[in-house]
Amino acid sequence: MTAVADPHSLAETPRTMVLSVPDMRCAGCIAGVEGALKALPEVAEARVNLGDKQVRVSGTFADATPLIAALDAKGFAAREMDETALAPSVDAEGRGLLMRIGVAGFGMMNVMILSVAIWSGASDITRDLFHWISAAIAVPAVIYAARPFYASALTALSARRVNMDVPISLAILLALGMSVHEASVGGEDAWFDAALSLTLFLLIGRYLDHRTRRAARSAAAALTALEVPRATLVEADGDRVVPTAELAIGDHVRVVPGARVPVDGEVIEGVGDLDRSLLTGESLPVHAVPGTDVAAGETVIDAPLVLRATAVGEDTSLRRMARAVAVAEGARGKHVALADQAARIYAPLVHSLAAIGFTGWFIATGDVHRSLLVAVALLIITCPCALGLAVPAVSVAASGRMFKLGLLLKSATALERLAQVDAIVLDKTGTLTTGVAKLDHLDPEAASVALGLARASDHPVSRAIAAALPDVRAAELSSVREVSGDGVEGRWKGRPVRLGRGARGTELVLPGRDPIDVSPVETLRPGAADLVAAAQRAGLPVLLLSGDRTEPVRRLAEALNLPDWRAEADPQDKLALLREQAAQGRKVLMVGDGLNDAGALAAAHVSIAPATALDAARAASDAVLLGGDLSVIPQALDLAGQARRRILQNFGLAATYNAISIPIAMAGLATPLMAAAAMSTSSILVVLNAIRLKVRR
Amino acid sequence: MNVLVFLIPVSLVLGGLGMVACLWTLRSRQYDDLEGDAARVLLDREPEES
Repeated sequence: MTAVADPHSLAETPRTMVLSVPDMRCAGCIAGVEGALKALPEVAEARVNLGDKQVRVSGTFADATPLIAALDAKGFAAREMDETALAPSVDAEGRGLLMRIGVAGFGMMNVMILSVAIWSGASDITRDLFHWISAAIAVPAVIYAARPFYASALTALSARRVNMDVPISLAILLALGMSVHEASVGGEDAWFDAALSLTLFLLIGRYLDHRTRRAARSAAAALTALEVPRATLVEADGDRVVPTAELAIGDHVRVVPGARVPVDGEVIEGVGDLDRSLLTGESLPVHAVPGTDVAAGETVIDAPLVLRATAVGEDTSLRRMARAVAVAEGARGKHVALADQAARIYAPLVHSLAAIGFTGWFIATGDVHRSLLVAVALLIITCPCALGLAVPAVSVAASGRMFKLGLLLKSATALERLAQVDAIVLDKTGTLTTGVAKLDHLDPEAASVALGLARASDHPVSRAIAAALPDVRAAELSSVREVSGDGVEGRWKGRPVRLGRGARGTELVLPGRDPIDVSPVETLRPGAADLVAAAQRAGLPVLLLSGDRTEPVRRLAEALNLPDWRAEADPQDKLALLREQAAQGRKVLMVGDGLNDAGALAAAHVSIAPATALDAARAASDAVLLGGDLSVIPQALDLAGQARRRILQNFGLAATYNAISIPIAMAGLATPLMAAAAMSTSSILVVLNAIRLKVRR
Repeated sequence: MNVLVFLIPVSLVLGGLGMVACLWTLRSRQYDDLEGDAARVLLDREPEES
């Protein structure tokens, strides 16, 4: 019965595997995880990456099972990740940017030392010498370090567009050219340090921006990677573990308890329960017998089932629905990021100002050289150093805090969209609730028998019952056995007792008594009540939208004090409702976990899925809730609001600085010293303002 | 002012050294897991690197 991988081909070859261990938080965890893995004879090397909450293991193991078991014994929940779906661990672009930052930074420092000497009064031949040394450092450094800006500006220009990088490249290159000319004629002012510090500050902004984007991208990849595409193929000479992609229609596939069904198919062997909640929102398990149709994405609960595949790969109902979601996602209104909005106003403004400065001075004085100097000063001073840092610095600080809260942002603009939310739509099953037994009505005798029976089984209902009876001593039972798909039987004081499927749900049968209903009652996920209360306090309308039957939905809505709820909504209803809200101009936050929510998640202004959600739902959402606690969501909304205010403040700071410096530069009074001082202070102010987000509260 | 003949090359060499050191830290991948490296300081013994 057990699934055995081919021992010859897999076990001998050394291989590397990445596991996701979301609970790692501290130094002790690193030692614990690495220690537990290295204690296994088949593991050669284990290295934790605490930032990514992953561990990379290499050795001669056949699959992840022993590794996950070893970590589980230490109390760390681990999941295997599909490495092909992971972003390459070497971030070539980020390291390239860091190299350029290094070159620009050290170049700037050296040039600045020389510039300080010039500003403090070096003259004649000394000044010329210093200018030439500066040029020798600055010209190669700028040409190398600022290449991302030229490349981007050229791409934009060849598409006949103007982006932020056009004024940046123009300013850097004009400043450099002008300064070389000044040095060669023995002029007074050279802008080498300005060209370099401009490059440095903008590169830092570019790098921060890159980091947020990469974090978002690799989060998305990591989540896809959690869905490991393997299945157990039943063949005449035994079972074989194969990639799901290799399955064909008609193959017999074994699915063990706790695993997700990889294909659409029909049960041919085994009797057991299926959890369909992710696909339909139904809260109670469905009974499966030979002949029952099952769909990919359902979870097998208690007994192993053998299926005959009727649809595989891209043809499964799961994939078809996921594609429908992708279509809905593509149709989502394009959100224009704040930084792009600013750039659209800013870039033409800078160009026209420089042009006005040049022509104005040329008309007034007829001096090309003088006019060009004014234009360069204008370009440098208005160059969006602070503006280039305004958004990324805040994004990095805010998404870092979100991650600490347990919310992983997958989309680069999710933060800005979270800040605009004015209504919330919640799914029920799996999002607001988890199925847990409620057993206050059992007398001590019944409770102790129930616990004794429940402990003998690994069925989620049994586990829920056992968990609901923490202070009870288990009764002594004999000849306890689990009847697959039916329950647990045993003998207590010589008479038969049973816990399992009954007329109304799960029943406890005691000798000489009526069966007692012990069906699991849905309980709220931690933080669900806080989420609703916080939203209502903030004046956000909350709607409960579920695919489950009316009765449980109504009960839950009453328990949460929610006046708005809708039950028995199928995926189309959900999608339609979200579209309608969007048409009314509502910016809805949707929280859901099932495939039945995926369309709605994609159609919402911004969406969050719990980490337990089906991959299609996670893929459709902008953020993933890593822990189980929903009270993080109002905190995240609050944080997003703060971040938005901080970004706007930063824009304000940059605008104020420009309002002061532009007239000075226009008047031809700007000196390299002033530019250096103003540029640094405004950038530092903007970054400090962003960091405030991190330390507050 | 003759002292500049020494000081300027000295400052350039020092600056160059700093840059080379910075590039070396980058190439040896010391920025891959900042949070983890910060925590590893607290461990009693660092597991042997291969």
